[in-house]
Amino acid sequence: MPDLQARVGLLATHVGPYWGEFGGRFVPEALIAALDEIDTAYHKALADPAFGDELARLHRTYTGRPSPLTEVPRFAAHVGAGVRVFLKREDLNHTGSHKINNVLGQALLVKRLGKKRVIAETGAGQHGVATATAAALLGLECTVYMGEEDTQRQALNVARMRLLGAEVVPVTIGTRTLKDAINEALRDWVANVETTHYLLGTVTGPHPFPEMVRDFHKIIGEEARAQLLGEIGRLPDAVAACVGGGSNAMGIFNAFLDDPDVRLFGFEAGGRGLSAGDHAARFSGGFPGVLHGARSYLLQDEDGQTVPSHSVSAGLDYPSVGPEHAWLHDIGRATYLPVTDVEAMEAFRLLCRTEGIIPAIESAHALAGAIQIGAQATQWSDEPVVLVNLSGRGDKDVATAARWFGYLDDEHGGEGDQ
Amino acid sequence: MTGTIGATSATTTTTGPALDALAGPSPDGGRAALIGYLPVGYPSVPGSVQAVRTMIDAGVDVVELGMPYSDPVMDGPIIQHAVDEALRGGTRVKDTLTAVERVAGRGAPVLVMTYWNLVLRYGVDAYARDLAAAGGAGLITPDLIPDEAEEWIAASDAYGLDRVFLVAPSSTPERLVSTAAASRGFVYATSTMGVTGERATVGERAAQLVADARAAGAERVCVGVGVSRPEHAAQVASYADGVIVGSALVRTLVDAPDEATGLDRLAELTAALAQGVRTADRRGDHAEVGTVPDPGADDRSVTA
Repeated sequence: MPDLQARVGLLATHVGPYWGEFGGRFVPEALIAALDEIDTAYHKALADPAFGDELARLHRTYTGRPSPLTEVPRFAAHVGAGVRVFLKREDLNHTGSHKINNVLGQALLVKRLGKKRVIAETGAGQHGVATATAAALLGLECTVYMGEEDTQRQALNVARMRLLGAEVVPVTIGTRTLKDAINEALRDWVANVETTHYLLGTVTGPHPFPEMVRDFHKIIGEEARAQLLGEIGRLPDAVAACVGGGSNAMGIFNAFLDDPDVRLFGFEAGGRGLSAGDHAARFSGGFPGVLHGARSYLLQDEDGQTVPSHSVSAGLDYPSVGPEHAWLHDIGRATYLPVTDVEAMEAFRLLCRTEGIIPAIESAHALAGAIQIGAQATQWSDEPVVLVNLSGRGDKDVATAARWFGYLDDEHGGEGDQ
Repeated sequence: MTGTIGATSATTTTTGPALDALAGPSPDGGRAALIGYLPVGYPSVPGSVQAVRTMIDAGVDVVELGMPYSDPVMDGPIIQHAVDEALRGGTRVKDTLTAVERVAGRGAPVLVMTYWNLVLRYGVDAYARDLAAAGGAGLITPDLIPDEAEEWIAASDAYGLDRVFLVAPSSTPERLVSTAAASRGFVYATSTMGVTGERATVGERAAQLVADARAAGAERVCVGVGVSRPEHAAQVASYADGVIVGSALVRTLVDAPDEATGLDRLAELTAALAQGVRTADRRGDHAEVGTVPDPGADDRSVTA
């Protein structure tokens, strides 16, 4: 780690547009002026105490921050003997996930930019719901693009967005998932950039999005660090988070990046296995390329065409990953491992049964990951501590999970046998 | 129809000299070039080669050959549909080089329009080498701005290829200067904020953008995005060095009941567009719109 810091400097405060060879702005020229405008407005806002105060007030009075830290001993017993597991409860935020942290920050920026309309993409629907919520709160027009397949997987969140006044546009081209929703959002943005802000939902896309979205999520790790120090008087041995685009992971990793003794683990969707088209494990099955404005790890064929991804979790079903994660992987600061659909769903059930918490299927990947690394945890310390980011709650996934476990009849939607 | 250009392009494969040859010297200021876009692999690789040849024979001066890509964020529904079909049909990046080889040397320089990841994956230097060997003129890169193009600038210099970067109505004066300086061949001015597709009128800001890009140092500026009708071609040709048409040409193939009919309609529309650029009034800085007689073009490609 000292060597690492000598090479790259402090990790937590590293800024874009590049993280090593990753990041950048691979977008049509038409968007560059808007990206510059956001970058300028964002850094001006950072320097303005009024912006920070307003965001902090919203987090306190609207989001419900700080989110609690919950120790889960009955779940921990399945992770490893003597291992303590703490969950950072982003699932208890208003709208049910970490997504609200970033959305409120960007929505306040939109007001500063004087724009009246926001567009967003969403996979699992959590970012769409958060965006529709912030748009309602601040009086903004809102359009959310969602792959048609995801609108079916996440019908409840589609209804939520519509109840909140957002227009939800099902995307029927391509693989009909998150990747195609981003393509449509980018097309809309190119055409309407003068009046519209693209409220990008994760730590990818062109600069300044990876940096800005990370900064709006840093609060997760900052709170968790302080809470753990208060609770047990020391830092965790490991931090685990699921990684789709990677925003919740970057949010919790950031506070520990420069603590060499804290191991960082990101868990990607291993799906049905690591054959092409069956997973979304970019670090296991991808290599560097450019998609949606950033250079990062990417699932692509030998021609550079994007390869379809798969995950039981719509929020992890994405062929690329945030550029900062690509950098952390390449410099060896974080470890990224795949978790299969089956492993994730088993961890999902385990948390339900042992702790009375129904997690988002995305977050269940982090829980399964904690179990995966549990075997080595005893080598870390006498009483190893694993901090897991519970990035979202499972309300939206109840139908998917119930079908998975046989509690719902696929055709009739009624209860089935276990 | 292509004789003049053919003579020019026999000695060069790049677009700058071809555009200059059209523009003058001439008492009436010459004329603008007609630049036609078609994707490789639609309806098939040989079919697209045939379509490009048809387009050249019907009067297109420069070819923009699209490399099909899975995530074409600058393209509207018609081109998306065609490239999607091309990919479904198994079109590969190397087919693009084969297509370039088969249409090069027929009187119109051939630029490849590509999203950047395809070139990155192939290898920037290797792609430049192979494109030059195939007789290609260079690249149009809709998602690569000069700021990110260091490797491509070096490779295009090494192999003498054009690098056509885009400017938009939202480009700042500073970016117009840097993009003009980085470009070779011409600067591609997008007529409107938006993706490719047919529109009833060409963006009002196109003429100003061309003037601004020239003032920023661009030697040649061609206009695309939303240009689809012969009257658009005439209008844009009155102030730009080239008129770029894509979706309307692709639509002739997409809407046709069979390939032969598609080629006939493609030839008809190309001829009408070519007539448009030839009848443009280039005496003023910004000629009036509507002075061009209706060339009797089959406009079904726009209204279908």
